[in-house]
Amino acid sequence: MSKSTAPRTESLSNVSIRRSTHSPIFTVIGSLIIVVLLSVAPWIAPAQVASTLMNFFILVIMATMWNLLAGYAGMVSIGQQAFVGLGAYATLYFALKGVNPFVTIPLAALATAVIAVPVTFLLFRLRGGYFAIATWVVADTAMLIIGTIAVLGGGTGRLMPGLENLSPSQTAHYSYLATWIVALIVVIGTYLLLRSRLGLVLASIRDNEVAARSAGANVRSARRTVYIIAAAGCGAAGAVLAISQPFIQPTNEFSMQWAAEMLFVSMIGGLGTIEGPIIGSIIFFILQQSLQQQGVWYLIIFGVFAVAVALWQPKGLWGAFRSRFRSELLPVGHWVRTERLQTKTPEPLE
Amino acid sequence: MIWVNVIIQGILVGGFYALFACGLSLMFGVLKVINLAHGDMAVVAAYVAVLLSPHLHIAMLWSFLVVVPIFGLLGYVLQRTLIQRSIDRDPFTTLLVTFGLSVVIENLLLELYTANGRTVDIGSIIAQSWHPGSIVYISYVSLVVLAIAVLVLAILQLFLSKSRTGRLIRAVADDREAAQLSGANYKHIFGIAAAIAFATVALAGIAYGMMTQFAPTSGGVNLLFAFEAVVIGGIGSLWGTLVGGIALGVAQQFGAHLNPQYQVLAGNLLFLAVLAVRPQGLFGKKTALA
Repeated sequence: MSKSTAPRTESLSNVSIRRSTHSPIFTVIGSLIIVVLLSVAPWIAPAQVASTLMNFFILVIMATMWNLLAGYAGMVSIGQQAFVGLGAYATLYFALKGVNPFVTIPLAALATAVIAVPVTFLLFRLRGGYFAIATWVVADTAMLIIGTIAVLGGGTGRLMPGLENLSPSQTAHYSYLATWIVALIVVIGTYLLLRSRLGLVLASIRDNEVAARSAGANVRSARRTVYIIAAAGCGAAGAVLAISQPFIQPTNEFSMQWAAEMLFVSMIGGLGTIEGPIIGSIIFFILQQSLQQQGVWYLIIFGVFAVAVALWQPKGLWGAFRSRFRSELLPVGHWVRTERLQTKTPEPLE
Repeated sequence: MIWVNVIIQGILVGGFYALFACGLSLMFGVLKVINLAHGDMAVVAAYVAVLLSPHLHIAMLWSFLVVVPIFGLLGYVLQRTLIQRSIDRDPFTTLLVTFGLSVVIENLLLELYTANGRTVDIGSIIAQSWHPGSIVYISYVSLVVLAIAVLVLAILQLFLSKSRTGRLIRAVADDREAAQLSGANYKHIFGIAAAIAFATVALAGIAYGMMTQFAPTSGGVNLLFAFEAVVIGGIGSLWGTLVGGIALGVAQQFGAHLNPQYQVLAGNLLFLAVLAVRPQGLFGKKTALA
């Protein structure tokens, strides 16, 4: 917060608090153009571009959810692949029951949210690093249990039914649209959530947990809500993953790779911002596409990059950009500006 | 008799888990750091042992004499540079950094040495075992590893309680500021603790390579088991870790006996049950609990 030497009453009258630092009209128009372009992408762009975009959306969904967990609620999970996998398998389960795979996406999100409730009661007994590894144990356990269920393909896997009466191009278009819509809902939903009362509680916990508690914030219940929402989001990501790559296998759906990607992407883009995970995902895909002939080198380079960012630029690329140019596309906090101290950089109050 | 064998095999593998876990436990107890790359460090140690011994003209059995000190040094250096830097930020950063390292190491090993399994070759002793009962076979290697685990834990316990450096480590673990006021250089002490942790993890990695095949991805699974052993035994208790490791080993052997598919699952379920019923573990204090 800005320090003022002027008498308190005088300075207070000159303080303005705003969400945006620039007119939101640019954000709105820019977003609309992007949304329209991405909505028609499979009809105007080559199939390869559309399928890459789809993988990009899946990563954005996961990273946005991981960022909500870690960046806003302070919970480092390395086991979110549990819910990606459970979402994929919930889709498979409902599809085997005869439900249209596209209809199963919200069902899968709901199912993973329900499973997440009892999981929080176990996990919330641990904190910090122990919490992190315990989330991984949960993911491992979920994978092993699914692997014993023969009807879901056991350890070897099973092809998702219900897509065979669509033509290949129909399948591609529909699954693209489904993924795109889920990504939109997740990003916009997270944005609205962070501007809601829960977002305010999360921000107060992050700034000072003791003060938040004494002001009546229910820390545990706020964290639980966030954990369940993040599980549902990853469940939806798993569901669209299952539709886009319909051979469902435990080691694929529950892969540690998901956890690594969502974590790196959020760290590099910037934890605690909506834009961060999206920007991180863009960088990740550029790197992956340009190094795809070189095995897993893209992941190694990206990991080193993420570690460097965590050590030397902990706000991430977007965080650095934001504090330098005082600009935000999707503001969830408030900027405090005192008229007398115009020359001083206003600090984001989130 | 079959159940006696299950329990004996569980105890043998449990000793290995405890050896693997004591470094994790020490790092958390003293530095309040969870090193998510702990398991991968062990795998790196096993690779170094396999790749280095032909050049040094020593039998792989004795490679630990070279690799363990190297890892002690590596632990000290890594602590004073990367890990200390992340601790200075916050515990959150430490988790992100060590997880990043873990993924990088695993994929680097995969790129350099492929996914093929390797072993630390110690000759024909690997196949030999003591045969005290009708169906009970006790492999010499596992027995030696269990003995090493108990020995390492005993030395560590003695070192922490009796030696001057050990007392300093405990002082820094209990109250960093107070220890600093009395003249202890906590960063150096942290470095020593990390050196010990890395030395034990190198030993565990080589032991693992002697007992079974290892691959770049072995680190993650072993970190999981080590962590489960620590929590089951009780966070902050060295001997608790041994008991936790044995409990985990026995649970896994029971599971494997029912169906090989259930081996790891049974261990995970024991861990989750302990978390639900007795979250402080069998011998633990309530320090790491929320």
